Formats: sequence, C-alpha cells, structure tokens
Amino acid sequence: MAKTLISCSGVSKHYGDVEALNNINLDIFSGEIFGVIGPDGAGKTSLFRLVASLLIPDSGKISVLGYDSVKDYRAIRKKLGYMPGRFSLYQDLSVEENLAFYASVYGTNIEKNYHLIEDVYSQIEPFKKRRAGKLSGGMKQKLALSCALIHSPELLILDEPTTGVDAVSRREFWEMLKRLKDKGMTILVSTPYMDEAKRCDRIALVQNGVILGVDTPEMVIRQFNFKLFAIRSEVRHEIIRALRTFDSVHQAYLAGQLVHFTQVNPETDDVERYLMDQGFGDVDIRTIEPDIEDCFINLMMN
Amino acid sequence: MNRFLSFVKKEFQHIFRDRKTLLILFGMPVAQLLIFGYVITNDFRNIGIAVMDQARDQKSELLVNRIFSSGYFLNRGQVYNIDEISSKFKSGKVKAVLVIEPSFTNNLIGKGEARVQILTDASDPNLASTIVGYLSGIIYKFQMDDVPFSEARGIIAETRMVYNENLEGAFMFVPGTIALILMLISALLTSISVTREKEVGTMEVLLVSPLKPALIIAGKVTPYVFLAFANGIVILLLSYFVFGVPVEGSLILLLLALLLYITLSLSIGIFFSTLASTQQVAMFLSLFALMLPTVLLSGFIYPIENMPWPLQWLSLILPPRWFIVILKDIMLKGNGIAYIWDEGLILIGMTVFFIAISIKKFKIRLES
Repeated sequence: MAKTLISCSGVSKHYGDVEALNNINLDIFSGEIFGVIGPDGAGKTSLFRLVASLLIPDSGKISVLGYDSVKDYRAIRKKLGYMPGRFSLYQDLSVEENLAFYASVYGTNIEKNYHLIEDVYSQIEPFKKRRAGKLSGGMKQKLALSCALIHSPELLILDEPTTGVDAVSRREFWEMLKRLKDKGMTILVSTPYMDEAKRCDRIALVQNGVILGVDTPEMVIRQFNFKLFAIRSEVRHEIIRALRTFDSVHQAYLAGQLVHFTQVNPETDDVERYLMDQGFGDVDIRTIEPDIEDCFINLMMN
Repeated sequence: MNRFLSFVKKEFQHIFRDRKTLLILFGMPVAQLLIFGYVITNDFRNIGIAVMDQARDQKSELLVNRIFSSGYFLNRGQVYNIDEISSKFKSGKVKAVLVIEPSFTNNLIGKGEARVQILTDASDPNLASTIVGYLSGIIYKFQMDDVPFSEARGIIAETRMVYNENLEGAFMFVPGTIALILMLISALLTSISVTREKEVGTMEVLLVSPLKPALIIAGKVTPYVFLAFANGIVILLLSYFVFGVPVEGSLILLLLALLLYITLSLSIGIFFSTLASTQQVAMFLSLFALMLPTVLLSGFIYPIENMPWPLQWLSLILPPRWFIVILKDIMLKGNGIAYIWDEGLILIGMTVFFIAISIKKFKIRLES
C-alpha cells in the first residue's frame, strides 16, 4: 500500500451557524489522483482550504505530508502547490510575469524548474507576453497550474480547476493531470462535473459537508445495485411526476435529455406497462449502465 | 532578498499599469494644492502671547491687564530683551509679542502719544492678522476708557509680522495640504492595494506560499515610499515656484521629515488593510478616519488652541498635527532639529506602533 500523504480524522468546520464540514475522515495516498466530487456548496473548497492550512478545523486533526496543518503550516506551505477555485493570478501582469513572480516567491526561477512545467506551460508559452486577464478560461487554468507547479511541490491541490472551462480544454487539462501523476505527483482535485470522476484513481462523494463514500470510480459504480432505466420522452416532467406515484418507485430524476428511473421490485412491477396505463403511450424505455452521477444521487437519497 | 525585490517589482508593475491610480497619485495633489485653502475662518480665543513691558508703570500694567482679562489671550510670560522674542516664537506657544516702550505713562500723558509694537508669528497668516485686529481693538478701548480724553492724541500701535511679512495665505495652507495629501494618498493607496489582493483572491495564493507577513507588508509599502516621496517633492516644488513658499531651514532635514511622515502614513494604510476586507471599506476608512480629522483637527484649518479640550486631546493622536508643526518650523521659521526632535520622535513612535500591530494582525490564514 502506498504512503498516506493526507490524513483527515474527525474534521469539522463551520462558519457561524452554517456547517461546512461534518466529521470528515479521509486518507489520500501518495501518487494518486484523488477526486472530491460534489455539487456547489458541498464543502469541497472548505476541505481544500483546511488541507492547505488556510483554515483551522473546529475539531479533528489534519496531517499533510506528515505535518500538522495547524502547527506546522509553514512546512506544509513550502511543499504544496495550490490552485484556488477562482482564477487567482494577477490579471494586470503578463503570463510570463505571473509565472516568474510565483517562482520567486518560492525562491526559484523559471529556468531552473522549466522541466516541471514544460508539458503545461509550452501550450501557453506563445502568449507569454499577454496579460493574464486577456487569456481564455482554458489558458488561464493552464497558467494557474504552471504557477502551482513551478516550485516542484510534493502535493498538488486543485480546487475546481475545470469549472467554467470549455469541453476540449477540460479534456486537455485532465490529460495533463494524468501525465503529472505518471511522473509521481499526488493530486487532490475537486470538480462538480460527475463525468470527470472516472478520470480519478479514487473519489470521495461529498454532499452537505458529509462524505457519502470513498472508493475507486469502478467500485462506486459496481456498488450501484439497482436496475437503471433510461426513459426518452418529450414530456419528461410529467413522466417523473407519474413515476413518483408508482408503487415500486425508488428514484426518478432528470438526467440530461432523459429520465432515469430505479425501482424496488423490477421483477414483479412492469414500469413500461405502468406508464402505458398512465397514458404515456409513446415512450422509449431501455435499461442502461449507471454512471457516477446515478451513484451519487442514489447515495444522496440513502 | 530576491523574493523581496521581485515582490517590489510586481507592485511597481501593478501601479504603472493602473492609469487611474497613477492619476490619483500625481493628479490629485497638484489639483488640491492649487484649489485649496483661501477661505479659512477661525474662532478666536486663548491665544498665547508674551509681553515685553519696558515701562512697567501704571498705565502699561493697566493695559496689560486689560489684554489678559479680555479672554482672548493667555499670558505666556514676560520678555526682557529683544533677543528672547525669536526663541519665544520658535517655541510655538507664543503667537504674538506686545512690546511697550519705556516711560509709557509719561509719554502718554506728557506728550499725549505713546508707542507699542505688536509682533506676530505670521507663519499662520490668518491667525496673525486676527491677533492684530483684536489687540488693536483692546488698545483702542483702553485708550477710550482709561486715558483722559484731553490728554491724549493716543497710543500708536505699530505692527510687524515675523516669518511671513506679506501675510501670504499659501504659507499657511501649503504645509497643511502637504500633510493632508501625503497622508491620504499613502494610506489610501496601500490599503487599497492590499485589499484588492484579498478581493481578487491572489492573497489566498500569497498566503499559501512560504512568504512571511513582514515580507508581504514590506513589499507592498516600498514602492509607495518612492512614489509618495516623489509626490511630496512635486508638491514642494509647486509650492515654491507657484506660491513662493520658502524653505528657510535645512532641505535635508525637510526631506527626512517627509520620508518619516510618508512611512508613517503607509503603515497606517497597511494597518487599515488588516481591518478591511474589501477595497471599498479600505477607502471609507481612509477617507473618514483620516481625511476628516486631518482637515478639522490637525490645526490645518482651525487653530488647535481654539478647540475645546476633548478635541485638543484627540488632535494629539493625529500624525498630521505633528507633521504640520515640523513643516512650518523647517520651511517658514528655519528651525533646526533642536526644535522638532520631539515631534519627530512622536512620529517615529507612531510608525513603529502601526507597523508592529500590522505585522501582528496580518492574517496568516483566510479569515474564518
């Protein structure tokens, strides 16, 4: 088993009356891409800031790279590459100036550590004289990642790096993370996009400050023990309303252009017949494999 | 050191790329200096004056009594020879000296004509001319009440302004304006530049880096020390060439005082930025906590001597109050360090205080 790099035990955090995290227990191992998946407001950013020593937990202990996040914050900060949720570089400085500044903050320079960022930075290097504020969303994220990497950190913490980035750039970004991982980097990353979960080695599903489950994406999906139906129809909302009065209903929810449906007794109760009886004649029902989102919704309801 | 220099370089880049800030930095002082300060009115009482009574006879002592019983003046003691007068003025406590000629009573009754001289410290020209007006009024009334009508052609009061013989208004408002503008610009710009990083989110990245709070603060302040100093020199040149305000004292001493005051103002700005989390709050703090008290209480427009005690006490904690004294001493009176070291020490003390609590209050984490 690989070394544990981050260990949270019994971590809680609240802001005033709002409970951001409740009794989080989590271990993250060396060399993995660990994804924290959850909707906005689930507590992902709070968790990351706690790990990055930017917040102090109300209770519980966090150990990062063997250091205590409260006592030894200085030691952690030297070895950490952190990319906050919103774009936090100097918009009035050029690409190159931003990178040079962050390199100097950590007492290094671009030339010395160019090999660390080459894969990422080479993609935006043609625009190095451009002001950071004038970059596209995808390029901004590549620059931010370069800045987080320039001091050769032992651990990368990326808070929603792909939010607000186009699909192509998102895919490129995840490919870069994969290559970093192959070089031995440990990456803690969060995303609200369920489809990105399968690119992680392990994921934690987070909702309302609570971890619903931690496992590999495959195992999370394998634990989904319902038969999943996808229903194609023009009148999705009406169908969901009708399904919720079905005796055998477990869950019925909108998933993109489809209605996803799970039921308690798929053997005895025929959903197709039920919908027919309810007057939805022309529906296309088929069984499908669940994805992370289905698992997430399933866990959320339990 | 390398970290520090690149931090400073980055700050300069922010400043020079933000045209609006540059405009504030160099445009506002020039405009304010040119616009400020002609219309200034004063309430008038408890002005310190000294008397050089060379007669010490019946009528002269009666006149002196009249003056001090008027309620407008405080007796700051006797002067016995001419040489003392200038040191009285330089102390700052004496705004005017009344000189009464020898054999005042004899001359007044015998010749029907006696002379007095009113010397005023005109580095504050409004105050000086008001003093002359009030003293002349008291002398005239004394003459009407206490000198038998037939005996007298009268008391001839001769006036002389010391330090600023032509009563230039600019002499008064230039030091005040310099103090006000430098304080405002320095505090405003630094507090905004720090809170901007908090708002934009870059502070989060700086915090998570191994940079020490003292280094972040020093890096923020250094560029503004240079800029505000350049600014102060522009204002001094402007006041010299446009308004003809002299620099009687040591130019080096003046520049050192300027540097000290700027550092103090910047440290106040940093202190504000530890209190405020948005640029707007920082701006309000600078404007209301600094500008209004500076205008009203620092002695810039309203003489401190005329304020009620609580406000006089309050004015003690205002840096501009002390800096204005230093400026007037050096620029108008030509005083050396012997006269301003105590004000200087107060400013140094304040600087140390604000820097210390800023470093202490500077959050090494995000507030929670």
